[in-house]
Amino acid sequence: MHVEVKNLNFGFGGPKNVLNDINLEIDKPGLYCIIGPNGVGKSTLVRCLNKIYKVPAGTVFVNGTDINDISIKDNAKNMSYVPVGGDDTFALTVIDTILVGRHTQQKWKTSREDMEITFKALKLMGIEDLGMKRYNELSAGQHQKVAIARGLVQETEFIILDEPTANLDVRYQVYVTELLKELSKQTGLTVLMISHDLNITAHYADEVIVMAHPGVILAKGKPEDVISEDMIKEVYGVDCEMIHDSAGKPHIILGSALRID
Amino acid sequence: MADEQEIASSSIVAENVKHWITPIEEVEYERSMSVVRHSTLKKYLFIIGAAVVCIIVAGLSLGNGTYPISFQDAYMTLWYHIIGDIQDPIDDIVVIRDRLPSILVGILAGSGLAIAGAAMQSILKNPLAEPYTTGVSSGAIFGASISMVFGFNLFGGDYALVGNAFIFSLIPVFFILMISRLKNASPTTMIMGGIAIMYIFNAMTTVIRLWSDPDSLQELYRWEVGTLAYSSWDNLLLMFPATVFGIVVIWLLSKQLNVLATGDENARTLGVDADRLRIIILVVVAFMTAAIVSYVGLIGFVGLVAPHVVRMVIGADNRFLIPASISFGAAILLLADLVGKTIIAPATIQVGVVMAFLGGPMFIWLIVRKNTKVWG
Repeated sequence: MHVEVKNLNFGFGGPKNVLNDINLEIDKPGLYCIIGPNGVGKSTLVRCLNKIYKVPAGTVFVNGTDINDISIKDNAKNMSYVPVGGDDTFALTVIDTILVGRHTQQKWKTSREDMEITFKALKLMGIEDLGMKRYNELSAGQHQKVAIARGLVQETEFIILDEPTANLDVRYQVYVTELLKELSKQTGLTVLMISHDLNITAHYADEVIVMAHPGVILAKGKPEDVISEDMIKEVYGVDCEMIHDSAGKPHIILGSALRID
Repeated sequence: MADEQEIASSSIVAENVKHWITPIEEVEYERSMSVVRHSTLKKYLFIIGAAVVCIIVAGLSLGNGTYPISFQDAYMTLWYHIIGDIQDPIDDIVVIRDRLPSILVGILAGSGLAIAGAAMQSILKNPLAEPYTTGVSSGAIFGASISMVFGFNLFGGDYALVGNAFIFSLIPVFFILMISRLKNASPTTMIMGGIAIMYIFNAMTTVIRLWSDPDSLQELYRWEVGTLAYSSWDNLLLMFPATVFGIVVIWLLSKQLNVLATGDENARTLGVDADRLRIIILVVVAFMTAAIVSYVGLIGFVGLVAPHVVRMVIGADNRFLIPASISFGAAILLLADLVGKTIIAPATIQVGVVMAFLGGPMFIWLIVRKNTKVWG
């Protein structure tokens, strides 16, 4: 799967654009983490990649095709999306919620294949016991696990996750990130996730995409090349100290906030 | 992007990924499926159970009246009529000509309004949404009022009043469609638009009443509470195709409604255009409701209560909710009609009134008794 963003400027009609001159290329499987402070356009950028927002022609390409020329149905076969939070006005059961991820593959009748992958996803996310529960009876962390399971059963080559570990306890934060990385290695999945956890990002990401005000990509590269004390101070306005482990991976010890925007 | 320096994944991750990429074992699949099958069976039983109740109540209703016929004879008369071998001409006239139309109209109205409520609640993501929230009912009443009071008719002959009701009930739908075209129109905007139009039409109907004579007022009242008592075979000419069309379209879209249940943005990334789906359903629901209301008036509560009761029992999966609402909606409407015809016989309480008396307490009991969270 080859996703390319060329000179993307995007806004919602206000005086300022949310995204400014974004250029990004993801052409091989791996775990890509987008980091950056609140309001720099991380979620907007991923929503431009999966047709939630309509981008100007000639700015986003999937396997060489302008994304505007790809129908939402075909796009659903290309990439899956795990949003932050979900809608639970009329909650389906957990199994039915995950099965929704099979929409593009599913015929009128649910097939054995659909059910098999759903059961496997439940086990993968450690929520086997919740299968018949209603979605609105779950905790925020459990919602998150269901949403990730739903994204995975879509069986796409590219998965976008918006803060997938936001509501998870520390064990599951590590587990989910490790899992996504392992899936990218074992199955050739490309994972693009937004993260606020710099240590997890530094530890597991194959590549880090740093976004900063005013909606620009400041840097892209391996964590050890991109994440630095200076970058964190400049982008996040937080004092910090950084140490490296034996594998050369950076670990960040956060200090005080230096400014708020 | 393999990296030799990567720390090896923990054994639990490696083990789970291995499980993910290998086919599931038969024993594990069967164990998981047994729970799902049990739940599916419960859903089918509910649908069939409601349909059986519907058939029983229909039979009792066919036999009920000043000329009583037994349950068995009522169905036998129907059977003899179908095979063209009429045994008792009086029974045949009473059952087929006098009583069957109101049963069929009741089934269509009950199932149509219930399915319309289920679909409306799903697309507008609002548990209070029902077919009338679109303003369809108030449009219909206004259309009927100007026919009764001023004799203003868009169509002539037998279809004067119904035609008026039908055409005017579609006006709010066009307003809602226009609102939906506005930028950033959310489901809430659409429901608010429907309610606003409902109030405007209601106000106009109230003004018209000032000029009504007592006869027109009485007829208007009959409309406002809803009744099956004046049903005839002619009613089915419009109601049958409109309701069946609505049911089929909504049922075919039920899988997409499930996708919509996970949120608009998520639906889009799964290939479902939420706005388009919302408009299609809204138009279909309005068309179907208009066809029903034009004949039976405003039978409240079915569209609101039936889908909620069904959701409480079998869950929110629209692939089952839709057919279950059909059979349950038809069953409770026929039951309400039968109660209305028998409780103070020979006088009749109109079905709309009984529906509110039955539906209201039943609904309160269910929401108080049930611990399960059915909506958000």
